[in-house]
Amino acid sequence: MPINHQNGTIPMELTVNGRAVSLEIPPQMTLLDLLRDRLSLKGAKRSCDLQVCGACTILVDGHAVSSCTYLAYEARGADVLTIEGLADGNTLHPMQQAFIDNGAFQCGFCTPGMILAAKSLLDETPRPSEEKVKEYMEGNICRCTGYRKILEAILDAAGKSGGASG
Amino acid sequence: MDIIGVSVPRIDAIDKVTGRAAYVGDLEVSGMLHGKILRSPLPHALITGIDTSEALKLPGVTAVLTRGDLEGLDPFYGAVVRDRPFIATDKVRYQGEPVAAAVAVDLATAEEALDLIQVEYEELPVVSDTLEALSGTGETVHDTNLCRESGYEWGDVADAFAKADHVFEDTFTFPMVYHYAMEPHAVIADYSNQGITVWSTAQHPFLVREDLARMFGFQLQQVRVVVPYLGGGYGSKSYTKLEPLVVALSKVAGRPVRVALTVEEAFKTIRRHSARCTVKTGVMNDGKFVARECLIHLDTGAYADNGPLVADRAAERVMGAYHWDNVKIKSYAVYTNSTPAGSFRSIGAPQAAWASESQVDIIADALGLDPLEIRLKNLVIKGEEFRPDRRPLDADPAAGLRLAAQAIGMNLDREPEDQDSELPIKIGRGIGCNLSGVGSSPTSTAIVRLHVDGTVTVFAGTTEIGQGSRGVLAQVASQELQVPLDQVGMVSSDTGIVPYDRSTGSSRSTTMMGLAVQGAAKEVKEQLLELGALHFDCPEEELSVNDGVVLRGTESVAYGTLIEEEFGGRAGELLGRGYVTPRMNNGRLRQGPAFWEVGIAAAQIEVDTDTGAIRIPHYVSVADVGVAINPQQCEGQDEGASMQGLGHTLFEEMVYEDGQLLNPNMVDYKVPTFADLPGDLESMMIENHDGPGPFGAKGLGEGGIVSAAPSVANALFQATGVRIKDLPLTPERVWRAIRDAKE
Ligand code: FES
Ligand code: FES
Repeated sequence: MPINHQNGTIPMELTVNGRAVSLEIPPQMTLLDLLRDRLSLKGAKRSCDLQVCGACTILVDGHAVSSCTYLAYEARGADVLTIEGLADGNTLHPMQQAFIDNGAFQCGFCTPGMILAAKSLLDETPRPSEEKVKEYMEGNICRCTGYRKILEAILDAAGKSGGASG
Repeated sequence: MDIIGVSVPRIDAIDKVTGRAAYVGDLEVSGMLHGKILRSPLPHALITGIDTSEALKLPGVTAVLTRGDLEGLDPFYGAVVRDRPFIATDKVRYQGEPVAAAVAVDLATAEEALDLIQVEYEELPVVSDTLEALSGTGETVHDTNLCRESGYEWGDVADAFAKADHVFEDTFTFPMVYHYAMEPHAVIADYSNQGITVWSTAQHPFLVREDLARMFGFQLQQVRVVVPYLGGGYGSKSYTKLEPLVVALSKVAGRPVRVALTVEEAFKTIRRHSARCTVKTGVMNDGKFVARECLIHLDTGAYADNGPLVADRAAERVMGAYHWDNVKIKSYAVYTNSTPAGSFRSIGAPQAAWASESQVDIIADALGLDPLEIRLKNLVIKGEEFRPDRRPLDADPAAGLRLAAQAIGMNLDREPEDQDSELPIKIGRGIGCNLSGVGSSPTSTAIVRLHVDGTVTVFAGTTEIGQGSRGVLAQVASQELQVPLDQVGMVSSDTGIVPYDRSTGSSRSTTMMGLAVQGAAKEVKEQLLELGALHFDCPEEELSVNDGVVLRGTESVAYGTLIEEEFGGRAGELLGRGYVTPRMNNGRLRQGPAFWEVGIAAAQIEVDTDTGAIRIPHYVSVADVGVAINPQQCEGQDEGASMQGLGHTLFEEMVYEDGQLLNPNMVDYKVPTFADLPGDLESMMIENHDGPGPFGAKGLGEGGIVSAAPSVANALFQATGVRIKDLPLTPERVWRAIRDAKE
């Protein structure tokens, strides 16, 4: 990687929520720190910091990743989607709406990561079975809701999206 | 219009699904620096020296805080006993106790500074076992290891045991459990000699304000505690936690400072009490309970926090939901060298119910009685005065228990479980039921403002920790004042703005703050009727309100018009005050508890006898809510509590060895995930319109956690004949118990 030897940073470019960003970062910076501290996108949360809880989940080129343990530099050239970029203006994404309709959050701390993980699930498997949802979402912890209403929200969103069975 | 009983979306819904909801860790205060805490690596030691000189030389470091910076303030705090300095003074009492803290321009520099602080310790023997701690022979954590002795006694247990047909005695243990609010504690403090502003993850901001004013020598009006969105609490953010330390950091740094804990640090901030509980119960041949004697030891860790109250509550809650003529309960909170233990969803109740409700099934089995039948024979009935000086029972546990049992197919006339002896999978069903006196103290106030455009702002100090309080309180105001819900705004949790509320916990807010908001709305309504009488030139008795207007027969006038008429032009507003005090509501709330919350659970489980793994195809929780103001949010509370209960039932446990916490992270400490969701997680609401809260509501939110463990262990016994008295029911423990039973 092209390190700037004056201050030990590396230049990188990426797209975040549809906008091109170019910046210089320390090589060991995580994507979560980049988003939160450099771009002031605070939607992705830090909780376990160990790739267990999913609170920091964002999408990199459509794939859900734990940004707390993902090197920012690895996302160079990538298309990053955070919760702030999911709604289309004032129109919520169907997954956001399904979370509201089904009462799928309480404190909301897990919610940005949960919604993005669920979106990526439906992008891969538009009509998942209940078992598939449970399996896919295992890396996203919610301590408030007990999961049932999140499961219902995801199945609800899948039902409404009208995709093919998978 | 009627908005009670309607599952309207949360007020904070859009904020929370779009990532706009800001938590303390997301806030930026102008000029803010970052603090990091140096924690003791030793569980018990005298501090013989601290050298911060090297740390202070590090570029970017603004200040370092140690016990040397305490002049002119009182460093001690504690919800019940002021036994805790916010930074260690003479000695450290647990691994992880704050010893020093550094402030720097960024987190990395603050962390680096910690490495440069030299602390010298003189190790002391570690106190870890509660029974040993009370033996009076060894080391002590404080002047004594006894933090609280609590109990009840009436009747004559010795005599009753002598006359009983059977006496059962069993000892149960309950592990240390970590809340894991996904947002660890975080505080931003801004100190000046004019006062303090704090943004904190505090469930009880007014109690924090009180502590900070006392400790730093300010008037209440000089201290402002602001609570933005909270990422979960479950008790972990109750009372004062990190705030004094961060205020002191801001004081030494002369700048606003944020300290945001890591999960590992949160593990070392607060936990649930582990417990050892011996229950002795005298029973007649027909299953009638005659006497109960209990000895409870609760490990309260290094500092009291809310431990004394936990000991009190455990003592009451271990009596279960049963009628007793003879009782003798002793409950001790005991200091040890471990993370302080305090409030966690239904304090003392899961520990007590684990012992009490497991033993009820042991008794039923020994006497050849059905688990449901023996409970129905002994349950307290509604209206019964069953604990001296406490409110008579205002719930119907028998009805709830029948409902839960029936839902999992555990009727009185059911067929015995048809176990296929060839297969390793065994099926079992179990129930549990307990009662908790809740509601905390009747101390809440609220203000309702009716604006000139007919819309409303409610000022209520309840902390929105995810429970949906803002929405429910808005629904109460909307209903009482007959203003559409989308025209009601909420302001909460800023002690500089909203009026006093004692606390957010103990399932109290819907009842206590609900009444305060309802009272404030009523006051506004009275003024509207007064203005309406002037408008129509008629007596107030001819008037009513509905949907934003005052009505007289077929004529109506909008609220806003009345305000304009009173103030002259488009100006002014009406103010309503709501007070909840012991004297209010005809003294209805003077007697404790405000109401009794049932905790009823029924579990159908599958045990793999080859591996010891437990699966839960069907789990039912029953809550008696009086009236569900927002049914969806009620269910959410109950489902969340149930899953937390299944967590400590099946795998959650903080493991200590020689005073060192071995698993302070989310890899080694497992909480329930999607994979642990029961096939069918059901939450049932009993609505008898009989609660003390607004429109007949009661609180809920805690009951769902209480009976999880005994219902599963009782089901495990039905499935395998194996009785386990220690939690959690890990596959290894279950497998060993099954193997031992075979031998
Ligand atoms: S904070 Fe990244 S997975 Fe938990
Ligand atoms: S809503 Fe609080 S952790 Fe999921």
